[in-house]
Amino acid sequence: MNLFAQSAHELLDQIRSRAISPEDIDDSVRGRIAAVDGRIKAYVRLRDREKNSASLQGNGSFKVPIAIKDNICVKGEETTCSSKILQGFKPPYSATVISKLQEKGAIVIGQTNMDEFAFGSSTENSAFGPSRNPWNTDCVPGGSSGGSAAAVAAHEAIWALGSDTGGSIRQPASFCGIVGLKPTYGRVSRYGLIAFASSLDQIGPLTKDVTDCALLLNLIAGHDEMDSTSANVAVPDYTQFLTNDVKGLKIGIPKEYFIEGLDAPVRQAVNEAVEEFKKAGATVKEVSLPHTEYAVATYYIVATAEASSNLARFDGIQYGLREQPKTVRKTPIIDLYEETRDRGFGWEAKRRIMLGTYSLSSGYYDAYYLRGQKVRTLIKQDFDEAFQEFDTVLTPTSPTTAFRIGEKAADPLSMYLSDIYTISANLAGIPAISIPCGFSRERLPIGLQLLAKPFAEDMLLRLAFAYEQRTPWHKESVPL
Amino acid sequence: MLSREQVQYIAALSRINLQEEEIVLLQKTLTDILTYIEKLKKLDVANVKPTSHVLPLENVFRDDAVKPSLAQSEVMNLSVSHSRGAFKVPQVIE
Repeated sequence: MNLFAQSAHELLDQIRSRAISPEDIDDSVRGRIAAVDGRIKAYVRLRDREKNSASLQGNGSFKVPIAIKDNICVKGEETTCSSKILQGFKPPYSATVISKLQEKGAIVIGQTNMDEFAFGSSTENSAFGPSRNPWNTDCVPGGSSGGSAAAVAAHEAIWALGSDTGGSIRQPASFCGIVGLKPTYGRVSRYGLIAFASSLDQIGPLTKDVTDCALLLNLIAGHDEMDSTSANVAVPDYTQFLTNDVKGLKIGIPKEYFIEGLDAPVRQAVNEAVEEFKKAGATVKEVSLPHTEYAVATYYIVATAEASSNLARFDGIQYGLREQPKTVRKTPIIDLYEETRDRGFGWEAKRRIMLGTYSLSSGYYDAYYLRGQKVRTLIKQDFDEAFQEFDTVLTPTSPTTAFRIGEKAADPLSMYLSDIYTISANLAGIPAISIPCGFSRERLPIGLQLLAKPFAEDMLLRLAFAYEQRTPWHKESVPL
Repeated sequence: MLSREQVQYIAALSRINLQEEEIVLLQKTLTDILTYIEKLKKLDVANVKPTSHVLPLENVFRDDAVKPSLAQSEVMNLSVSHSRGAFKVPQVIE
């Protein structure tokens, strides 16, 4: 089998036994990128091999190529959130996750396309143009970490990092037929992740299988004094939970997720997965998460409010794009800010900044932002209660399989609703994983989501691994 | 429906200079989204505490110790216009 098509743990075994070298893998993956990325457009930038020489020559034991979402700072490499406003920005420092990976020998092979500032669910809102789904290039790969998901699914990277604010790791993982994990809020340092919504953002792995997911989480998790919201909670070796034993575990199925709008093939695949868990010895019961229907509305208040504040820093002064209009409209400095932001931000970014600014503005704060934060409490309490009884909650990751490029571009609300099943985990701060659970008749992947209480990534990986051992989905390869 | 003036007011607060066609489109799409968000009004939240943050953290402190940091020149060089350790901007004070 081609090296590029293998999982990280398979390749690492072969490096250890000296059957192959890290350079062999790098060559194989670069060859694959050259062959297919013209069709997929997963990458916005590749990184020269020479720049990885420290990793390649060092003592690290994880010398496989990793793709990095374009909102995670890599020292000296242009990092732009796929936005024009950060054109030319080369961060003078690396994100903590990048430093941690490089210490272990990881090869940062390139940066992947995304919806601008992670605003989107399709990777269509990128200043670089859309990425494409490797299973069907007329379809979106999902988003916002669509480039990372497409790169892993198309074997253009062995594994990848994404970020997840409302589903941006899990939904593209689902659309591309791979594994994606959003860790507990605070599990992974956000230092060097260009902020979208600071109380929701988490960096996490996108991988070919569950074992790789556990390995990559091992590498990036843990407290960081550079991120005061990272949690000082011990990090176990997550691979020890891949036991293939789920006997006696309690799975809750939230009735509010199996509603109108859930596509029949997705419903069927998820129901079959539930049967698989039963056969493996887990017990399954219905659970209620009564505030589910308010999650999307709550999210679009909280996330946009935080985004409008975070994106205020892009004003053309200290870094990134600067534009000065020729004529004076207000005052020269305000004109500079407005012209820079008008030209630098794409359409969806402007819409979200405006929505957030509105809900924080005088006279609307109580009706929108404060109310949103209160409903967030109710959504979190739903999960607190469910996890008193259940080890996990099982849902579809997305109500549909990948949609066609352009299909939802003109209707932001329908795009927002494609995150209906993933948003609650971010609001509640809990970990959630998406794993492949089947295919539609059109051969588009379907994803299954498992959620657990804070810091119970071990439980998610245990369940996901047991399911993966019983099913063939992760072994299916893209028709490229 | 949000009025034209409301959209322009929010744009000014957001420091975005909108083109004519953007104003019209934002009137419609922002109104659609705000109408959807109205559903939160169905809930009684009078006695619910707001959640701004999910972790039980408060006042995270670190030692007040001198540590190396980025060189000033490295940071200034990120700006398209700077001189002698300062960012250059258009005239602000008459």
